[in-house]
Amino acid sequence: MSRKKLQDKANLKVLESAKKAGIETVWDRFEAQAPQCGFGMLGICCRMCNMGPCRIDPFGAGPKAGACGATADTIAARDMARATAAGSASHSDHARDLAMTLIAVGKGQTQGYAIRDPFKLKRVASEFGIEVENKKDNEIALQLGQKVLEEFGKQEGELVFSKRAPKKQQDIWKAQNIIPRGIDREVVETLSRTHEGMDQDYKNLVQTTMRVALADGWGGSMIATELSDILFGSPQPIRARANLGVLREDEVNVIIHGHEPTLSDVIATAAQDKELLDFAKAHGAKGINVAGICCTANEILVRRGLPVAGNFLQQELAILTGAIEVMVVDIQCIMPGVTQAAKHFHTKVISTSPKASIPGAEAIPFHEDKALDTAKHIIKLAIENYKNRDRSRMNIPKESMELVAGFTAENIFYHLGGRFRGSYKPLNENIINGRIRGVAGVVGCDNPKMGSGAHHVELVKELIKNNCLVVQTGCAAIECAKEGLLRPETAYEMAGDGLKEVCKAVGIPPVLHAGSCVDNSRILIACCEMVKEGGVGNGLDELPVAGAAIEWMAEKAMAIGWYFVSSGLLVAFGTPLRVTGSQALTDYITKDIENIVGGKWTFIEDPIECAHAMIAHIDKKRKALKLQPLLYAQSFPVQV
Amino acid sequence: MSKIIATKAIRGAHKIVARAKEDLTKAIDESGIDSPVAFPDTNYYLPFAYAMLGIKAQKAKDLLEILKYAESLLPPIPTENIWLPYLGPTLDAGMATLFAEEIIEVLKYSFGNAVTPTHDYWVGFTTDAILREQGIKLVDGRMPGFAAIVGAAPTNAEAVRMVRELQERHILVFMSAASDGKCIAQQLNEEGVQMGWETFLVPHGNDIASTVYALNFAARAAMTFGGITPKGIKEAREILLYNKNRVHAFVLALGDVDDEKHATAAGAISFGFPVVADTDIDQILPTGVCRYEHVVSPVAREKMVDKAIEIRGLKLSIDKLDIPVPYGPAFEGERVRRPQTACEIGGKFSKAFEFLRIKKAGDVENGKIQVIGPELDTVPEGGATPYAMIVDVAGRKMQPDFESVLERRFHNFLSEAMGIMHTGQRDMVWIRVSKEARKAGLLFKHFGVIVHAKLLKEFPSIVDKAQVTIYTKLEDVAMLVPEAQAAYQERDERLAGMTDESVDVFYSCKLCQSYAPTHVCVISPEKLGLCGAYNWLDGKAASEINPLGGNEPILKGQCLDPVKGEWQGVTEYIYQKSNKTISKVSMYSIMDSPSTSCGCFECILAVIPETNGLMIVNRGYSGMTPCGMKFAVLAGSVGGGNQTPGFMGVGRLYLTSKKFVSAEDGLKRLVWMTKELKEALSDKLNKRCIEIGAPDLFDKIADETITTDAQELAAYLKKVKHPALDMPPLM
Repeated sequence: MSRKKLQDKANLKVLESAKKAGIETVWDRFEAQAPQCGFGMLGICCRMCNMGPCRIDPFGAGPKAGACGATADTIAARDMARATAAGSASHSDHARDLAMTLIAVGKGQTQGYAIRDPFKLKRVASEFGIEVENKKDNEIALQLGQKVLEEFGKQEGELVFSKRAPKKQQDIWKAQNIIPRGIDREVVETLSRTHEGMDQDYKNLVQTTMRVALADGWGGSMIATELSDILFGSPQPIRARANLGVLREDEVNVIIHGHEPTLSDVIATAAQDKELLDFAKAHGAKGINVAGICCTANEILVRRGLPVAGNFLQQELAILTGAIEVMVVDIQCIMPGVTQAAKHFHTKVISTSPKASIPGAEAIPFHEDKALDTAKHIIKLAIENYKNRDRSRMNIPKESMELVAGFTAENIFYHLGGRFRGSYKPLNENIINGRIRGVAGVVGCDNPKMGSGAHHVELVKELIKNNCLVVQTGCAAIECAKEGLLRPETAYEMAGDGLKEVCKAVGIPPVLHAGSCVDNSRILIACCEMVKEGGVGNGLDELPVAGAAIEWMAEKAMAIGWYFVSSGLLVAFGTPLRVTGSQALTDYITKDIENIVGGKWTFIEDPIECAHAMIAHIDKKRKALKLQPLLYAQSFPVQV
Repeated sequence: MSKIIATKAIRGAHKIVARAKEDLTKAIDESGIDSPVAFPDTNYYLPFAYAMLGIKAQKAKDLLEILKYAESLLPPIPTENIWLPYLGPTLDAGMATLFAEEIIEVLKYSFGNAVTPTHDYWVGFTTDAILREQGIKLVDGRMPGFAAIVGAAPTNAEAVRMVRELQERHILVFMSAASDGKCIAQQLNEEGVQMGWETFLVPHGNDIASTVYALNFAARAAMTFGGITPKGIKEAREILLYNKNRVHAFVLALGDVDDEKHATAAGAISFGFPVVADTDIDQILPTGVCRYEHVVSPVAREKMVDKAIEIRGLKLSIDKLDIPVPYGPAFEGERVRRPQTACEIGGKFSKAFEFLRIKKAGDVENGKIQVIGPELDTVPEGGATPYAMIVDVAGRKMQPDFESVLERRFHNFLSEAMGIMHTGQRDMVWIRVSKEARKAGLLFKHFGVIVHAKLLKEFPSIVDKAQVTIYTKLEDVAMLVPEAQAAYQERDERLAGMTDESVDVFYSCKLCQSYAPTHVCVISPEKLGLCGAYNWLDGKAASEINPLGGNEPILKGQCLDPVKGEWQGVTEYIYQKSNKTISKVSMYSIMDSPSTSCGCFECILAVIPETNGLMIVNRGYSGMTPCGMKFAVLAGSVGGGNQTPGFMGVGRLYLTSKKFVSAEDGLKRLVWMTKELKEALSDKLNKRCIEIGAPDLFDKIADETITTDAQELAAYLKKVKHPALDMPPLM
């Protein structure tokens, strides 16, 4: 597969100098992989047991089954289930750590943490059946943390947050036996069922896939979001900048990269420490610039307005600017290439999670009870490293873009009605009356297979042009931020007439940044609120909404995609899930499944075509709901 | 919000809050933090602040609390570029503005200020009594909504035209604030337009802050008629949504719309009241906080009213009658004074009557209007003329019982024409026609046009055809009157003979459910609706006219308790129609499961424990009563669709019914009533007293000239040996 276009000027500038210096990046290594394994891509290579590896001949002349007799259907479904379980496990383990932190805060055993959203603490605690009247926050935090941990080890019953879903979805899940019982149980059962000689029916494997994914969306991810809000504050709309241009020539640049706000939040606090600022000045720096990469960037962006240096594909590029003193990493999406790149510069890579040991990085394990001390220590290392920056090799691109981020399912209430009249009604009404065509989630990774994120931008532009309000999370949101789509002015420049009117009335961009990849749970909650407000359907599957992760890369994206499909939504991926070696499985998840759970998959690489498929789906839902005709002419005509 | 509007509104909010702070600080410096503050004749403190925050402000220091809250709502002004969302903050700014304006206005009424906002033709704050009175008009649809006009029209003529347009559509008009130093109310005053609640034209003040009177009226409507008790944000939201859903109001902004007007309008939007402006102030078209568009501009002045009606979703039928004067309920309360009178009809000035009779279809020529005798234009200026209006009605569903129902409506029909003042009915009618109306070309012929058109429009399923003949020669009137008088007497006897036992069907009235969702009136021959406006025959007629409307027949079913007045069918009906909240009603008892009360009762009946008896106070009596509460306070605790044993809203004529709280021994329990009621009902009550074998009872009933104190009342009753004292204990 050849290199797709790289549109980001900042990236091109850094890559050019990397090329001169002979430093390899993800795009080089990706190209070196060509041609990528066709069996793997089609999902018909099986490595489940040591009779194999086996593979199925997709052209029909060779083997039609593995040594054990597993067909393409079984092999592809098993592989998909396992990958989804891994994705679900990643978000959920992240959530588990936050629950541990909450308990530690409750016990007073932390340093630098507090309950920053006591209202949400009480609200969530009440959902878990905890009596909150006349109790101190710490007491509630301890109890909530313990209750949340039970969600992981539960064997029977239903996850507490699954009750947030509309009754229709809950009924479907019960009928299909996919309502998650306990988070760990669903992961373990999926691994068990995909062992050699176990579950062989692809439809039954899809059933476990959906259940383990729902355990993520209505379990792990939602827990991570809610507990992060409680511990680090619920986001509010906030201004910031994004792209490599946020790095400072004359300040100590500290990059925080990974996923957990536990680490990044306290580093952001430490960077404001007066002593450290003085220390930095003593070392010739004007200040300490903490910027984020990947979802950690999103976590501190939406809560603190800290700058975003870049998304997943830019992690090496940040180092290649030669301006990074320290890159602190925790978990998930840390490319091993980072330490390779760092070798060429003064940059120290510091790994902080025992769960992600990284050769070439300095390990400074991070514990809640000494969090602030550790953070200060790291900042100090960065300051001390500032003098080692080789200014002759420094290459900070000037590109950075303004943005507004920090929209949540909760603060939408306020922004649509103020303190006294907060509600989702204006959103629903303007969908009903045809100003807004529908709502589209555009989320997920950026993938060198697709270039460097440009597909998100094209997709989002086409959606807003056709009056779809776009909600974003993760690296997709960062990509669109860099291209200026998260500015409120975008409404005037690019949005269709109806969407423009709504954005103008509310003062929002047509593209709403809702946080990190676990924060896709916010989109689920927002959809539930739309159903609750009424007029746009009685279930999530009836809403005029659709989702896409066109440049998906991680197993986490599969879990996210599957929990949206299982919750009744259309999900579009640019490159297919690795199932297309099985026609039956492909048909099942792209067609038949819609009659079972309401949602389904579609795989479309071209961003414009993808946007049109999403819009057509939205139009179908609008028609079924008998909503009013669209108020203004659409560049892509109504499809039903 | 558009960003332009948001910016101006937020800036205006900062200014008005700062002004309130300045006024309040000055007042506290001069008069002290504990000095009392209050609007006149209200039990809702600062009604807007009370509705939104539950704060019962009575002293200057309470205003500080409100001010602090207002300040906490003030957002920063949106930035030029990369702005943050401003709709929520702007709506907050609007609320802050209203809190501040209410503080500014209440200060004008406090500290012994010589000139309060109520002076000259300015009305200022609306008292609770007026609020309740106008509420009835909201309930029965006479008033489809409110328009709050801020600013002034470019010319006086245009100002008059615009309010006439609103009056014709029966829309109540509030006026406040100035543009170029002038308020539309001043323009109307210059043109001699009669203003006040009677004409639906209510000038609040030329200060922008006085606009809050429209909104604290609206807030009280929700509390009074919606039965919402303020407490916190949840209740505040309910009060605002009640207004969005039920009180159809809108703002008409005339002339320059400055920051302060923007800020005030932002407050109105939280009530769901949209803004239509005649200048270009940008627009907010997407819907959601209001029902349809939020701000529409610029709109040509002659189209503003129509546009407002459209975006507020007002449902109204416009009576376009072919008569030379404006027509609509806004003119119903208009007085024609002696010097303005062109012609007197009836009363003590001439022989006159109005009479409606049922005829066979073949005997009625629909739309035929005849005037036999001299027309109005020939009557000497200020003179009088005999008058007989005989209306013949035919219809397949027309019944003799409906004759009086239709005939009684002539009063409304004719009163609603500008320049006709109509009082009384039958052969006690008294009509005045103003010089202005006659000058405009009004004739008796037009009386016929009005009555014919309205009968067909309002009673379409009963009246198929109608013809009107008006006689103005004395000999004709004298010759025709005996027939009418015989009919009046026959009708009265028929109605008098009708009892709750003699019919199988009662009628419900759910008209007030738009305000009090659990309230169901049950109207029986011996118990009229508590508003006094609907008797059993009216209910019957209304259910014939519209079987799916607010009045439905209720099959009484098995009698469960003849003394308390409980029937199986009635119980089941009320339970279903009260959203399953009222499970038992005793029609004839005030103590055990009494009837619910909406908010528009004519009178309130209440127990006075010290006397073992009952008192009754009518709306409009603003003095103290022996139960220690004025009408307005009592109304607050009785209304909202609740059952309140010991208290009950009733129609005044219920006093003369044999079923008047018969479960508690009826009229003999009555120990106190207002003088006005006593005088109005003296004949009927004396008759009832004789019937129940207590001919001296009437004189034993105290009124406010005797006492308004419960202890004194008890002593008085003992002195006159009132029977209530010897009856079984009420409680």
